[in-house]
Amino acid sequence: MAEAFQSIAARAPPVRTGGALPWLRRNLFGDWKSALATVFLIGLALLVLPPFGQWAVANAVLAPNADACQAARGSGACWGVIAEKWHVIIFGRYPFEGQWRPAIATLLMIAAVVASCIRRFWRPWLGLMWLAVLATFFILMGGGVFGLEPVRTDLWGGLPLTVMLATLSIFLAFPLAVLVALGRRSQLPAIRTVCIVYIELIRGVPLISVLFMASFMFPLFMPQGMTIDVLVRVLVGITLFAAAYMAEIVRGGLQAIPRGQLEAASTLGLGYWQTQRKIVLPQALAMVVPSMMNNFISILKDTSLVTIVSLYELTGALALALNADVEWRPFKIEAYLFITAIYFSICFAMSRYSLWVEGQLGVSRTR
Amino acid sequence: MPPGTATPRSGPGAALPTPPDELSARPVGRRPRRKREWSLRSRAVRGLLYQALALLAVAAVVWFLAHNTQRNMEVRGIQSGFNFLGQAAGFDIGETMIAYDPSQSYGRAIWVGVLNTLRVALLGIVLTTVLGVLVGIGRFSRNALVRGLCYGYVEMFRNVPILLQLLMWYLLFVDVLPPPQTAWNVADLFYLSKGGFSFPAPVWDRGHAWMGAGLLAGLAVGGWWRRESQRRFELTGHDRNRWAVPVAAAICLAFAGWAAGGAPRSWSVPEQLPFMVDGGISATPEFMAVLIGLVMYTAAFIAEVVRSGIQSVSHGQNEAASALGLTQRMQMRLVVLPQALRVIIPPMTNQYLNLTKNSSLAVVIGYPDVVSIANTTLNQTGRAVECIAIIMLVYLCTSLGTSALMNWYNRHAAIKER
Amino acid sequence: MSDAIIEFTKVNKWYGDDFHVLRDVELAVGRGERIVICGPSGSGKSTLIRCINALEEYQEGRVTVDGIVLGDDVKAIEAVRRRVGMVFQQFNLFPHLTVLENLTLAPMWVGHTPKKEAEERAMQQLERVQIAEQARKFPLQLSGGQQQRVAIARALCLTPKIMLFDEPTSALDPEMIKEVLDVIIELAGQGMTMLCVTHEMGFAKAVADRVIFMDQGQIVEANTPAEFFDHPKSERTRDFLDKIIGH
Repeated sequence: MAEAFQSIAARAPPVRTGGALPWLRRNLFGDWKSALATVFLIGLALLVLPPFGQWAVANAVLAPNADACQAARGSGACWGVIAEKWHVIIFGRYPFEGQWRPAIATLLMIAAVVASCIRRFWRPWLGLMWLAVLATFFILMGGGVFGLEPVRTDLWGGLPLTVMLATLSIFLAFPLAVLVALGRRSQLPAIRTVCIVYIELIRGVPLISVLFMASFMFPLFMPQGMTIDVLVRVLVGITLFAAAYMAEIVRGGLQAIPRGQLEAASTLGLGYWQTQRKIVLPQALAMVVPSMMNNFISILKDTSLVTIVSLYELTGALALALNADVEWRPFKIEAYLFITAIYFSICFAMSRYSLWVEGQLGVSRTR
Repeated sequence: MPPGTATPRSGPGAALPTPPDELSARPVGRRPRRKREWSLRSRAVRGLLYQALALLAVAAVVWFLAHNTQRNMEVRGIQSGFNFLGQAAGFDIGETMIAYDPSQSYGRAIWVGVLNTLRVALLGIVLTTVLGVLVGIGRFSRNALVRGLCYGYVEMFRNVPILLQLLMWYLLFVDVLPPPQTAWNVADLFYLSKGGFSFPAPVWDRGHAWMGAGLLAGLAVGGWWRRESQRRFELTGHDRNRWAVPVAAAICLAFAGWAAGGAPRSWSVPEQLPFMVDGGISATPEFMAVLIGLVMYTAAFIAEVVRSGIQSVSHGQNEAASALGLTQRMQMRLVVLPQALRVIIPPMTNQYLNLTKNSSLAVVIGYPDVVSIANTTLNQTGRAVECIAIIMLVYLCTSLGTSALMNWYNRHAAIKER
Repeated sequence: MSDAIIEFTKVNKWYGDDFHVLRDVELAVGRGERIVICGPSGSGKSTLIRCINALEEYQEGRVTVDGIVLGDDVKAIEAVRRRVGMVFQQFNLFPHLTVLENLTLAPMWVGHTPKKEAEERAMQQLERVQIAEQARKFPLQLSGGQQQRVAIARALCLTPKIMLFDEPTSALDPEMIKEVLDVIIELAGQGMTMLCVTHEMGFAKAVADRVIFMDQGQIVEANTPAEFFDHPKSERTRDFLDKIIGH
């Protein structure tokens, strides 16, 4: 080619692929199967959504009026049941006059969790802040000091209980999980075996059996005369359960650390615990954050099981609120939808946060 | 190196001592026995010490707990031992797969519970796999509505506790469905009401055993056909349909077996009686609620497992296969699916285990699974430790068995690397 | 040109609505011709050769391979892919199959070749790239250079008329580049029509009939290696050569 080179400027394509209409065409009517599916699904939506909208919104009763709800039964949702019963659902059997206490305690706890998620607050005083928040929580809930009325732990319930059990068991299970994971990878056969037995035993049985064990057997484990609070029993049960699953996740992270790092550390003269603390664990834990977040979501969902051992957290409190009340019992579905919304919001927010964290960590690693 | 010479070393004054002549006389291949130095600075000794301490600590805790337990049980008059398993149970069970009445032993009652658990678990595993795989594949659909629907399904069912979902399904069955007097029916064959779901079933006859034999023979023919097809393909390069004949053989031979066995035609068909629906096979609302709840919950997780498995196969594999001229179907079957399955199957099995363990929540709804029956037994006999141990044993066996299977599969199918 | 085995006629391609990746590309490749394509990243070189075996679609113009016009027609695409072999930067070997199985997959399933014959031909190709002893191993058990040679053998098993190389040595450790380039040079010596996107200028000087420089979607210059390296005509070409050959 002997001609002089002539530069060609960029121009627009003959058929635009961006924009709403081409997107619709490609994604909804790409081929005949896709078009058929679109038509079918839209038809289905038109069939189902309007009646549901009627029930949920148009004919719904918002006021806590049992008669109005009965009258609208079948054709309209009774959201009034929430207006009427929400304080039992949210706070369980906690004495009505003192319900400002669990309210503040829960808000504090949630604020602390949210603060821990934001990078700006990752400072050394975060640990102290948590201790302060936990102390405040228990003082507010339990009372007995500062002129607050004492409230027995088996009266605690609803959302505060859910939040407390989840947060506390995650806190307590985490160090245990790290120790067990390290133990599982230990060179010493006795320690390794003990850890493996613990992990496989707990992971092989359902949480409900661990809770039964906590509920029925822990009192037997205590020395003569000592009683153990029902809340503590359940907390220990959930913590032991969560720690086994977390240990497996941490172990996955530990396995991914190249052996060269350990060799470099020992060459530099670092001891076992120093190596773990300064080199292995920071990397391993950062690597497994997404799986850990998934695990945290599972723990939050699992707290609903303590209903079975008679601690009335959110799900149990609902049963408490409605089973005995003949007037409002027919409207359980609306109440279930209410707490479904609560669980969903919390878990969905956590999973979105987990994706964000994954994105943040992924930036620093080359893929 | 001739014996008796030292390796010369560069550096000031560094000379190795002359090795003794005995070295050359030592037999080759025998590793010298190391004399153990019992000092606290030896790594081996420290290791032993730590282990001894750990074991001592565990033993001490175990002894402490056991001692307390024994004491407490004496004080409260709780007996121990498994002899209660032989005593009469005295309670009825809502649904059983084998014959049972209250006069039979606790052992038998618990066995009924185990069978009930297996029933819901196995059926649940099959259904949830189908649903989960469909939803997982649907996330890759070309249609945006299908994609969105599958995504919405996964997020909806993953973020709500399973207990709550079971309670809601049960509420649906108990509140929304009509009473048995006015059951909903489809073509007078399928009935749905508060009393459960009834569907027609053939009455068991000898001919059905023949049909089963025919089906097995058909499957054997199908297996033979597939092997033959592979052999023929390798010989000539021409592939033929590997599914039509096995399916047809299974159907035809099953039919032949049925005909040979006397062509039993009697069906038990449910019919609407004044107060209930009788006949056919009926599934209780408890069973339906547990099954549907578990299936829909676990399917969301399985869909995620399938999605990440398919995504794990890099796009370059598709491109290389395309460049070689393979069609989309061949690409999927020969390149993508084999690699994706290796990534999918271990977490999938984990989900199966989760489903089995979650079936223990049936106790809240009243479905008589092993946890529910053991719980009743526990309340009646007071043998807390033994009953909980039984529950844990049942689930442990399932889990360990599945883990062993999974380890075998992993070793067998793993992609070989350096 | 009637005896050109590949023809690009005013080919234009866009990614989305904004990125004009190929601009009025005109190219005619003769049978047995060996072409090296170079240029900065983002210039469209990989896109160009991927249009030849329909891994990329184009919006304007016409691409003809061995007389077959590439478009939407599925049969045309299949026919072209039987004649064109491709080697990728990331090898893209199938990790779950042995080396031999990687090579016999396409001949058996697309070429309807009996297994024995396919395996014999595969072993011949493996000997051609000097890796026959690894036939029963799995790809991830081999080094990068060995894997790329297997990839070349896999493409050769379909007896293609044209071979495309998309930066075949860019993902290799330096000590393995030579073994792969030697195989490609030998292939060139046997008269294979080939288009190679690469940064290895020594290879271009040794083997190419024509060197093409692309920048911002256009073919800026195309010339014999001697003319190209010693007397580059365009300013842009000179800039690029300075950067690459400067050291």
